Amino acid sequence: MQDEPTPEELIKAVADFLRNDIAPEISGHNAFKLRVAINALDLVTRQLALEEASDAAETARLSQLLGMQGALGELNRVLAERIAKGELDLQTPGLSEHLWQTTLAKLAVDQPNYASYRRELGDGG
Amino acid sequence: MMEQALGRCVASWYPGATGVTGAARLSGGASQETWSFDIVHPDGNMAAILRRAPQGYGAAPSRAAGLNAEAVLMQLAHDAGVPSPRVLHVLRPQDELGTGFVMARVEGETIPRKILRDEQFAQARPKLARQLGEILARIHGVDLRQLPKLRRMTAAKEIAELERDYRSFDWPRPVFELALRWLRDRDPGPSEEVTLVHGDFRHGNLIIGPDGVRAVLDWELAHTGDPMEDLGWVCVNSWRFGEIDKPVGGFGSREELFAGYEAAGRRVDSERVKFWEVMGTLRWGVMCCGMMQRFRTSPEHSIERAMIGRRSSETEIDLLRLLAPRRGV
Repeated sequence: MQDEPTPEELIKAVADFLRNDIAPEISGHNAFKLRVAINALDLVTRQLALEEASDAAETARLSQLLGMQGALGELNRVLAERIAKGELDLQTPGLSEHLWQTTLAKLAVDQPNYASYRRELGDGG
Repeated sequence: MMEQALGRCVASWYPGATGVTGAARLSGGASQETWSFDIVHPDGNMAAILRRAPQGYGAAPSRAAGLNAEAVLMQLAHDAGVPSPRVLHVLRPQDELGTGFVMARVEGETIPRKILRDEQFAQARPKLARQLGEILARIHGVDLRQLPKLRRMTAAKEIAELERDYRSFDWPRPVFELALRWLRDRDPGPSEEVTLVHGDFRHGNLIIGPDGVRAVLDWELAHTGDPMEDLGWVCVNSWRFGEIDKPVGGFGSREELFAGYEAAGRRVDSERVKFWEVMGTLRWGVMCCGMMQRFRTSPEHSIERAMIGRRSSETEIDLLRLLAPRRGV
């Protein structure tokens, strides 16, 4: 077992340092690239916090939907193949809801300020 | 070095020009460059842009029309009344600048967030959607016999190309699979009318001023095909930059876009436009995945490209909103 501080705490500390102390000192194209870099660290922080629970929920839904057990990557591949073959479609009970839940969980990590996501959460936007 | 080469080039076709100044590279990928510079002339300097593929970078990606074709298209668009920069010179081998062309530099804004929020564009915003419709009508009215050699695209070919690209990433995306099925099931077949299609008509490729659209740029993805493709692409949610209730670029409605298009004597097929909007949403999603591939394989190791890869999920939520909308949202 590794010691504290946790990866979440370390990355957040680095991102806050870059955001609060370094970004005001930088201008031009490097300022833009620094913003992108800070966004990347913020994304990693969100993923570390949210991934375990969302992956577990997604795996459980996929097992139910496909009637089989397996690792998340493998189940996702099977789902993709069955949709491609037309064996599953939007009429299939649970498919639409599964895709919505999975996609919302991705947006919570990737782009929580994306307007379509905020709208679906009912936050206006 | 660039200024010297440009100076020699300019002197050969612009009488009285004594050189160039302020040459600065603006943007571009590995195969294409854009340079801004001023031509020095005793009667007053002229603002110019060079768009080129440097020597040794001849091989264009399969989708690109090619820079010589771009120059011809820009001139044809200009002649058809589309706001376009004037083409000043098409590069020749003796210019030693690679392939490409020089055009007049048009002042204005291309950054979406500024166009959608800055006060100086407040008067223009309500007029833009209709204006884009009028401009697309002019583009689609260009005489096919005048065109350089371009790819002929259909919905079926576009679906096949997107599927091939997506499968090459070997990363399963059930929402993309759903979209591919949806598109194949609803492919309306080849368009009755085949026209010039700009292929990338959206924010970033439009120079906007307080007076409205000043120039249409970037004919790299031009082809012939279904004119409704351009109307669908400009409505893709990814180009609304947060203003999701204004489908045309975040500044206007489909009705305004269509009205501008039809006022110019052309007809809109709104079902086909919707079909191309779904196609365009998937297309941008596949392009985001492609950025992520380039991040992994190219030596630049660009964080920007890596983060664009993480935007493909934005197109997944937009595809679900189009194909499987939830009640009450």
